Amino acid sequence: MQTNGLVGQGLWFRYSPRHPWTVRDISLSVGQGEVVGLMAPSGYGKTTLAKLLAGYLSPHRGSVLVEGNPLPRRGYCPVQLIFQNPELTVNPRWRIERILREGQAPTQLDRLGVHPGWLRRYPHELSGGELQRVAIARVLNPATRYLIADEITAMLDANTQAQIWQTVLAYVQQHQLGLLVIGHDAALLKRLCVGGASPKENRILDLTQPTTALVPQF
Amino acid sequence: MLSIRQLGVSFTQYDQGLNQRQLTVITDLDLEVQAGEVVAVVGASGSGKSLLAHAVLGILPDNAQVTGSLRFKGQPLTPARCAQLRGQDIALIPQSVGYLDPLMKVGPQVRRVAQLGGLSKAAAQTAVGRTFNRYDLLPSTQGRYPFQISGGMARRVLVATAVVSQADLVIADEPTPGLHPEIATETLTHLRELADEGRGVMVITHDIEAALQIADRVAVFYAGTTVEIAAAADFPERLRHPYTQALWRSLPQNDFIPVPGHQPSPDQLPTGCLFSDRCPWFTPDCAAERPALRSVRGGLVRCIHAD
Amino acid sequence: MIGLPQTSSAPRWNRRQVTLAAIAVGAVFLLGIVLSSTIIGRTGLDPLLTARNQPPSLAHPFGTDWLGRDMLTRSLYGMSLSVRVGLLAATVSALIGTSLGLAAGTLGGWVDAVITWMIDIFFSLPHLVLLIMIAFAVGGGTQGVIIAVALTHWTSLARIIRAEVLQVNSADYVRLSHKLGRSHLWIARHHMVPHVIPQLLVGLILLFPHAILHEAALSFIGIGLSPHLPAIGIILAESMRHLSTGYWWLGVMPGLLLLLTVQAFDLLGENLRALLNPKTSQG
Repeated sequence: MQTNGLVGQGLWFRYSPRHPWTVRDISLSVGQGEVVGLMAPSGYGKTTLAKLLAGYLSPHRGSVLVEGNPLPRRGYCPVQLIFQNPELTVNPRWRIERILREGQAPTQLDRLGVHPGWLRRYPHELSGGELQRVAIARVLNPATRYLIADEITAMLDANTQAQIWQTVLAYVQQHQLGLLVIGHDAALLKRLCVGGASPKENRILDLTQPTTALVPQF
Repeated sequence: MLSIRQLGVSFTQYDQGLNQRQLTVITDLDLEVQAGEVVAVVGASGSGKSLLAHAVLGILPDNAQVTGSLRFKGQPLTPARCAQLRGQDIALIPQSVGYLDPLMKVGPQVRRVAQLGGLSKAAAQTAVGRTFNRYDLLPSTQGRYPFQISGGMARRVLVATAVVSQADLVIADEPTPGLHPEIATETLTHLRELADEGRGVMVITHDIEAALQIADRVAVFYAGTTVEIAAAADFPERLRHPYTQALWRSLPQNDFIPVPGHQPSPDQLPTGCLFSDRCPWFTPDCAAERPALRSVRGGLVRCIHAD
Repeated sequence: MIGLPQTSSAPRWNRRQVTLAAIAVGAVFLLGIVLSSTIIGRTGLDPLLTARNQPPSLAHPFGTDWLGRDMLTRSLYGMSLSVRVGLLAATVSALIGTSLGLAAGTLGGWVDAVITWMIDIFFSLPHLVLLIMIAFAVGGGTQGVIIAVALTHWTSLARIIRAEVLQVNSADYVRLSHKLGRSHLWIARHHMVPHVIPQLLVGLILLFPHAILHEAALSFIGIGLSPHLPAIGIILAESMRHLSTGYWWLGVMPGLLLLLTVQAFDLLGENLRALLNPKTSQG
């Protein structure tokens, strides 16, 4: 069994015993310095899977391991999830500077284009693209080892999307993070996961295909 | 059919304490939608795309001020006329089933729209049956609640709603994100068919690729203004405005290279061209005044250097 | 064609100024009521048989009663007493509501189930019946009124606080805060408390008018404050006997004062809520 990387092993999850399984027997792994794409339209449990891997939800069956250990129950989590809608992931009553400092000290403000003028503002005074940069800057720090990006640019225009991804990709490569990109845009995933300059083999998994495609190929 | 000239929308907001400030979110926006054509509205996030739809439907919040001219079939669109037309002559295809009443079965909901459009109950029922049939929705679908239908079916129901309303102008707000590619293509085809039947269709999207599949013309928005209106065939070689070109280059299937910088925020708009601080063609003339929308090679562009 | 009717001429006062002014007016009025009994002195309360049953005039704006007592003085004394009793009862009630709401929202499980069940029980019983029963059971009087009002008015606030806590707890930014390494206590202190306090404040102020009205109602039917005290409910009850004889001012004037006071609290609460809620504070 593989002990390196972020590994989800045989994950099952449903929101209540009355509901059908949202995630059925899914296994996947992301190694350090690896960019893995996960593709499916809405309704295939992508977001649920992302929340399982980042520890927001606990699987009914199966396990999530980071370098062979379960996710820590307290303290800074080495696996960080970036959500599709940044508006929901910031306290609307806090100023941006306080939001940025909630975790570790942010290191990438300049490169992400987080303007110093934003720091004194409130979230509703920034656009979605600006707020998403803030949300990303909050988790780009040495304590983060794996990033799960759940449709993080689906609401943004192509130019902002390219700006954000160029920065995130550069950071991921420089610091050898594992990155799981979740999305439905085939062109974007292809660009991020196959065309990237990462030395390791990159993969795109399609959730609509039979689950065998998701079993990690060791 | 729909003609928008020099539309301006601004909001009054409270700053610190009692000071109010004006946020101008749309300036000098021009757009024209003819019967029988699909006009795609693409552009930067926060460039005012959705606000434009809200202005046409007359559902802007109370603290918004509107200037300029909005005309539908030659007559000005006043709030009273908006209220009268929306749902009948102007229909919105919303982003998701979240906009349907969750406590009402799909069939009666669509039939109600048809009745509001002026059909009798029996005629409305026939129209709903015919439309559902046309979009491959089983008759039993009418008896389902919105949460019981899949994403693809939901799209077809929403399109069906616009069809039975007999509206002449259909506005689709972000019709494709999150959809399976086949369903996205199907939805776009349906929109194209609506235009081919003689309606005007406005598609608001940030997916340029999707827009080009069906649109006759593409309007590109930046910072609340129309920077270019191009024929779909102009993509990608014959584009006029540097922002449109940049947007095209930054697509993941193309170069994936963005232009640096940000869209100016509504309270700090530059006096000159709104794109001047990021533009590769920048000259001091650009900062002097807002360029007017002018005709270049059969399209409209708001740039003094375009030729 | 230019200038859609949505463009209106700028008002002299903007909405936020109007809101703040409303809050100031409400607060000054209520403060005036509470302090009035100490300011105007007791002279008006003494019987003056030469000036009995006088209709409202400049000397006696509220008229005088059958013993020649000044009705303005009596009404203000009564209102002041009622407001103080109401304040006490509403504060106790708000404390009960907040603690139960917080407990239900944060602890969840069977605690939540029990508290929600209690709330439902209280909601399903007619309010006034419950008030009368409790006031009667604890022996009536001032103490009975305070206990009865305090025990019956916490439910809606508890429900609001519970919903707020549940909402904040399930918010993505709170769950993210855990993942950023923050403890439960830190999150309660920095995310939860600032969110709940405005709700508590507004809820408390909107509780006052209820408490005052119900205090007056209990006194009116004779199981509230002692008949010797010039409470507003007592004054209204007394006036009933004289209404049919044409002494309308005995009931109408104190009634108006009660109405104004209750409205002032409402004005204060609603405007405070509009100001504190980020969704409406831009309107």
